Amino acid sequence: MKYVDEFRDSEKAGFLVREIEALVSTMTLPPGRPIYIMEVCGGHTHSIFRYGLEGMLPKEIELIHGPGCPVCVLPMGRVDDCVSIAENPGVIFATFGDAMRVPGSKKSLLQAKADGADVRMVYSPMDALALARKNRDREVVFFGLGFETTMPSTALTVLQAEAEEITNFSVFCNHITIVPTIKAILDSPGLQLDGFLGPGHVSMVIGTAPYEFIAKFYRKPMVVAGFEPLDILQSIWMVLKQIKDGRSEVENQYARIVPDGGNAAALQAVSRVYELREFFEWRGLGSIDHSGVKLREKYAGYDAERKFAIPNLKIADPKSCQCGEVLKGVIKPWQCKVFGSACTPEMPLGSLMVSSEGACAAYYQYGGHKSYKEAV
Amino acid sequence: MCLGIPGRIVKIDDVTKRLATVDVGGVKRQINIACIVNDDHPVESCVGDWVLVHVGFAMSRINEEEAAQTLKILIELGEAQAEIEAMKLSAAQ
Repeated sequence: MKYVDEFRDSEKAGFLVREIEALVSTMTLPPGRPIYIMEVCGGHTHSIFRYGLEGMLPKEIELIHGPGCPVCVLPMGRVDDCVSIAENPGVIFATFGDAMRVPGSKKSLLQAKADGADVRMVYSPMDALALARKNRDREVVFFGLGFETTMPSTALTVLQAEAEEITNFSVFCNHITIVPTIKAILDSPGLQLDGFLGPGHVSMVIGTAPYEFIAKFYRKPMVVAGFEPLDILQSIWMVLKQIKDGRSEVENQYARIVPDGGNAAALQAVSRVYELREFFEWRGLGSIDHSGVKLREKYAGYDAERKFAIPNLKIADPKSCQCGEVLKGVIKPWQCKVFGSACTPEMPLGSLMVSSEGACAAYYQYGGHKSYKEAV
Repeated sequence: MCLGIPGRIVKIDDVTKRLATVDVGGVKRQINIACIVNDDHPVESCVGDWVLVHVGFAMSRINEEEAAQTLKILIELGEAQAEIEAMKLSAAQ
């Protein structure tokens, strides 16, 4: 697929690109390297590729595609756990479609379904609860997946199940939280980053305050950004301006959707239902302290981890996979040994190839990046 | 899954459970609106609101222009079609 050449307001985009060029021309660059800006959110990654934004930026700026795609950071062991739950007789395993093709060590959920497990694709956790209402003699397990954007919806569904006293419903909770992960990236040795584009819809829930440590303690600019091409270009300009001025602040480019205080009702549901895990395993990034949540003791009856025997085995990523290096921006997707050969969107080996928000699938699909074109 | 899709609330289905019917690009489905209501904006006043819907939950109230613009971008990204298909498929089970 080709990326979109002409999009709405391409004149405005041209103007923003010229502003970015003008700003960069007055800046002192880091010695021997471009300015690295990480977009944390997979939605941004998708948009950047779809509209070919990387190719519009001056060569002094390089975008690093961060870990903000929950499907992409799902470790193989967790997929195996899903398959194991789904293969229990009597279980209906309900999942977002995005997770169906993520490879486990033996099979994906799609393959498990083909082998006879009752795996259903649902649009919403509410649909999983509806399945539980309809099938009282079955155990319905919902695969809770995603960052803070989808965390409240699972929490509210658990509260709804409790209110209706539905007992054949539970959640296999794999919700993850972005802030400890950004911190882990900032702490990883040798990492060179000059600023961040902050996630839009996660911030809609949590607000902008949780990012303050990035500006205060790590001295990196962070701009919460919208998903339209103009939003992204404007946010890049805002990050650059902070660097040029020697500032490091949390700024909100997406204020039309993101209130600084987040969404109070959503946060309340989240804190009622979940507590932080000591640590959570991420694909490619390893174990990160306090980066996942689980259901509180009070909701044990809705916790699939307590209802089912779960293998919970740690499965190493395939040796040939370099998802971790790609996630941290150490290598570009096409520099991975298996990119486009053993690992393609049709037959993904690594999870970054599975979702349209994964950096590898985006490069594979759109391929419009200048250095990618030069490299092939 | 991660990007919200804009829709317009056309009907309140259940005030206590905070359920409403939303129209997303011509497809109607039930969503939960607990996260966009408060004392100043009670459930009953939500009909006609444009909202950003994430996995069946309204997470933000938006204006009509923002809704149209977001839908256009989601269509260009190929995300809108996938979301709407998922909604239809899920409702059929």
